[in-house]
Amino acid sequence: MIARLVNFFGDDRYKRLRWRLLLLMLFLIVLADVLVPRPHVEHVWDSIPGWSAAFGFISCVAIIFVSKFIGHSCGIMRDEDYYD
Amino acid sequence: MTEWLHPALIMVFGAALLPMLHDTGQKVASVLVPLLVLLRMTQMDVGSQGQVQFIGIDLVLFQADQLSLVFAWVFSIMAVIGNIYAWHINDTGQRVSAFLYIGSAFGVVFAGDWFTLLVAWEIMAFASAYLIFASANRKAVAAGFRYLMVHVAGGVLLFGGIVLHGVQTGSYLVGPLDHGQGGLAYNLILISFMLNAAVPPLSAWLTDAYPEATVTGAVFLSAFTTKTAVYVLIRNYPGAEVLIGFGVAMALYGVVFAVLENDCRRLLGYHIISQVGYMVAAVGMGTEMALNGATSHAFAHILYKGLLFMGVGAVILMTGRRKLTELGGLYHAMPMTVVLYMVGALAISAFPLFSGFVSKSMIISAAAGDHRAAVALLLTVASSGTFLHTGLKLPYYMFFGKDCGLRPSEPPVNMLLAMGLAALFCIGIGVFPQLLYDLLPYPVNYHPYSGAHITQSLGLLMFTLFAFVLCLRYLDPEKTISLDTDWLYRRGAKLFMWLALHPVLLWEKMVVTLGDGAGLRMLHRLSRASQKADTHFVDAVVNGVARMTWRCGLLLRQFQTGVVSHYALVMIVGLIVMLVFPLIAALAAP
Repeated sequence: MIARLVNFFGDDRYKRLRWRLLLLMLFLIVLADVLVPRPHVEHVWDSIPGWSAAFGFISCVAIIFVSKFIGHSCGIMRDEDYYD
Repeated sequence: MTEWLHPALIMVFGAALLPMLHDTGQKVASVLVPLLVLLRMTQMDVGSQGQVQFIGIDLVLFQADQLSLVFAWVFSIMAVIGNIYAWHINDTGQRVSAFLYIGSAFGVVFAGDWFTLLVAWEIMAFASAYLIFASANRKAVAAGFRYLMVHVAGGVLLFGGIVLHGVQTGSYLVGPLDHGQGGLAYNLILISFMLNAAVPPLSAWLTDAYPEATVTGAVFLSAFTTKTAVYVLIRNYPGAEVLIGFGVAMALYGVVFAVLENDCRRLLGYHIISQVGYMVAAVGMGTEMALNGATSHAFAHILYKGLLFMGVGAVILMTGRRKLTELGGLYHAMPMTVVLYMVGALAISAFPLFSGFVSKSMIISAAAGDHRAAVALLLTVASSGTFLHTGLKLPYYMFFGKDCGLRPSEPPVNMLLAMGLAALFCIGIGVFPQLLYDLLPYPVNYHPYSGAHITQSLGLLMFTLFAFVLCLRYLDPEKTISLDTDWLYRRGAKLFMWLALHPVLLWEKMVVTLGDGAGLRMLHRLSRASQKADTHFVDAVVNGVARMTWRCGLLLRQFQTGVVSHYALVMIVGLIVMLVFPLIAALAAP
């Protein structure tokens, strides 16, 4: 059972199915976020439906590109034998 | 009687017992002793024992309150799990040092005074260093020495701070440091705690040393050092606002460096720093909810981070490789490891029903409740980064991605069992958060499972996944290492050696040459001149005096006739002179 579950995530045969499932889940999550009651919010943005989804997406993209930029342009990434 | 049985003592006795046992006996003892500690924890109550006076200072060897108990609980659980994971190894040294390491961590959380804390703190550094040395290769030994050097320096700072604090306040009992806020003692102790909590720029020791430790040793290392530091920060620096900025910075710093990292365990190390950042920031906020959040997140963190290190350790043990660029496609061969690792990954990422969801969100809510919007937002960015690396990048390139062609088998049963236990805790805490909340130092009025919190968390995480899938090709690991602040002492050491081998050696040579050449010649001349002066002047004076004395002696001898009548004549003449002379003087006087 476990092997089949893991295989679903690794095998290229299920690639299309995985995409569909992911998009369906994303849609359902945003839908749920629109419908969910918000009796009490700390900040204004917490009351915007889909806020955290957009925030997560932008954060992730920003982390990838900003980090790679810092790593390459500030001389942080070096050859593996740098200290040898 | 039993209230005297300090868990640290059980571990230390266990450490003494282990070398006397062999093979199976040692393996059984290595799990039984931590189980005994766990049993002891069930009977532990708040209170203090072992007050003694030492050179006029009050020491409290054992002091338990709700805060120390919750840390001791998770330490004892992790001690059992870690030793099950290490069941298969045949290395008495590693077992003994792990026991001493865990025992001294108990010593820190139950220390009632600063000196007991200091002693336990130092033992912890040395015992843990062995787990790095035990890898027994050149890189590990070098990293171990660097680790030890940094921690010994931290220990010296702590010692200095403690003595200053004691002299200023007259008390050596641990507790919130209100006295001398911002003073030298306050800052020295804070810096040494921040060093052990791996707060940048004092964090490089962690990502330098942990990846070099043994597979089983890294599991212990990931659990105890940084979390005892979090404990002492909660105990002594609640509400120290400077920690908020440091905490948020380290949460993001770990995320940025994790993008660049190629070594599996170094990547996890950067995420220890990132996660401890949440706890450090929470300590800085200092509200009851924030301190509860820091404590519960430390509890959850020890278990899921242990699980992640165990999962990656299993891959390293079975493949002999540790770089993401050399791994991939292992999911066929190690499905159990994949699933167990993913439980830890979902827990650290704070998915609903996993432990991170009920602990991490408490810190972010505490920040929001304390009107710190920027802190809450930045920590949320770091949450996205956490899932991106430990939940997506690492498992993708390790288990899926490009097939590296290796087909290892699953790790030994004991390792799977230990990972299963940790996974059980990760899910158990997520499903029944009240079990953890009941242990916390302050009453908990927080309900993580609200509809909005669930949809928001899922939105954040699943859209992170979406962005990951879209940007995958930009995230490919590269065959590089990242420079961190350890550059200063690794390159600094080279600079030191250069200084020693060039300017210092040159100076020494110059001095020697001068001494052998011009200096020696001058000395010779000087000695010849002084010899001449000695012969011609000092000796001449001495000889002259002697000769004069001798001549006077000869002259005097001519007056000594030896005839009594001559001597009598001299006396009479003398007498007459003595009598006549005053008489003439008296007559001559007017």
